[in-house]
Amino acid sequence: MSGLSGAFADPAPEAARAFRAALRAMARPGTIERVEGAAPPAPLSPAAGALLLTLADPETPLHLAGAWDCEAVRAWLTFHCGAPFVPAERAMFAVGDWASLRPLSRFAVGTAEYPDRSATLIVEMAALAAAGARLTGPGIEREARLLLPEIDAFQANAALFPLGLDFCFCAGDRLAALPRTTRVEAG
Amino acid sequence: MNDYNFAYLDEQTKRMIRRALLKALAIPGYQVPFASREMPMPYGWGTGGVQVSAACMIPEDVFKVIDQGADDTTNAVSIRKFFEKTAGVATTERTAEATVIQTRHRIPERALTEDQILVYQVPIPEPLRFLEPRETETRKMHALEEYGLMHVKLYEDIARHGHIATAYAYPVKVEGRYVMDPSPIPKFDNPKLRSAAIQLFGAGREQRIYAIPPFTDVVSLDFEDFPFDPSAAPHPCALCGAEGAYLDEVIMDDAGGRMFVCSDTDFCRERRAAGHVGAMGAPYEEDAA
Repeated sequence: MSGLSGAFADPAPEAARAFRAALRAMARPGTIERVEGAAPPAPLSPAAGALLLTLADPETPLHLAGAWDCEAVRAWLTFHCGAPFVPAERAMFAVGDWASLRPLSRFAVGTAEYPDRSATLIVEMAALAAAGARLTGPGIEREARLLLPEIDAFQANAALFPLGLDFCFCAGDRLAALPRTTRVEAG
Repeated sequence: MNDYNFAYLDEQTKRMIRRALLKALAIPGYQVPFASREMPMPYGWGTGGVQVSAACMIPEDVFKVIDQGADDTTNAVSIRKFFEKTAGVATTERTAEATVIQTRHRIPERALTEDQILVYQVPIPEPLRFLEPRETETRKMHALEEYGLMHVKLYEDIARHGHIATAYAYPVKVEGRYVMDPSPIPKFDNPKLRSAAIQLFGAGREQRIYAIPPFTDVVSLDFEDFPFDPSAAPHPCALCGAEGAYLDEVIMDDAGGRMFVCSDTDFCRERRAAGHVGAMGAPYEEDAA
């Protein structure tokens, strides 16, 4: 049964490697990392699947957006992560393509006293490329480039700092991240 | 076959710490609460650093532990052995070869690279704690960016001593927003907080994790007329002759004899191996130690 396969074959080391990739991506916005080991059902990408296997569990309310809210993805995540599925407003993680994740104002951005209580959005992309939008800020020595679905939303998100959403972009087995601290300008 | 799960912690605990680490990187300098676990060592012996190291370690890592700069002290040796046993990772005493370095109260002299992660052991993560004991109040002060109390404290140092007398755990402001305790590193190390490496801070007893991403602006608090002074020792290292390294004072006898040697033992060894000899040093031999 496909719902039972496609998770890490050796969970502890593979999750560790996937997390290292996520850590490096979040620490250096715009750099593209590779994550391997997960084979989730479509439309969930291998990178997003690995990320959820590494970070999601029964303690993390998860929102499935658009086409990602399908029986195959639900069954796979329920079996391997056990994360409860919730509406956007209550989500700690959300996964979907950019169009279905919008509007972003539905997601928690944290509170002044607990800015960490904000959602992390896993954005499925057709491809990742180090081109396009110009990124500056923590983790970036001079500037980085990353192809983003749009510019305005990320500028508005950065203006909320220290509140805000954090983003992971996934395509195939590739992963990049954009925390709220990154300043985004049109390339 | 190893009887432990990789790197000791169970997977659910690692996921919880990993989520905290990602939020910590996204909000530099902000202390993320986490559900710190009991570790097989007492609080105060680096349980926060150990949990952070365990959560971000991969089997391919080369792990180094320093305690006040030294690889061969009790705390460093026991934590290094802990991960040799529970994670099976390679360990080293050489800064240049390490991929993850856990540290108690020093930053290595050698500039770290972007392939390295520095994990700090933190006793009291809250820089305002000795000024305001209530967590509810310090949390509000961070929320409102109300750091006047810290400047008053530094001002009182000047009024009383003529200079800012804080010599370690010198408060910094990260990316223009959060005031952060860099852990009890000497203020000498503060300029190195802007680094190419990923810096992660773990406070086990106090249940907080925070982080500084690479190349983040970290400013030591000061005043225009009393600028921050990292203070370098006026002596070279007695063993390797290094100028501008952080030195430990070693008492030699009960008649006032003393010497100053590099606190970073790997840095000192590397210099002596390269032929540098200080005033009290002997020529370096590979296996002399």
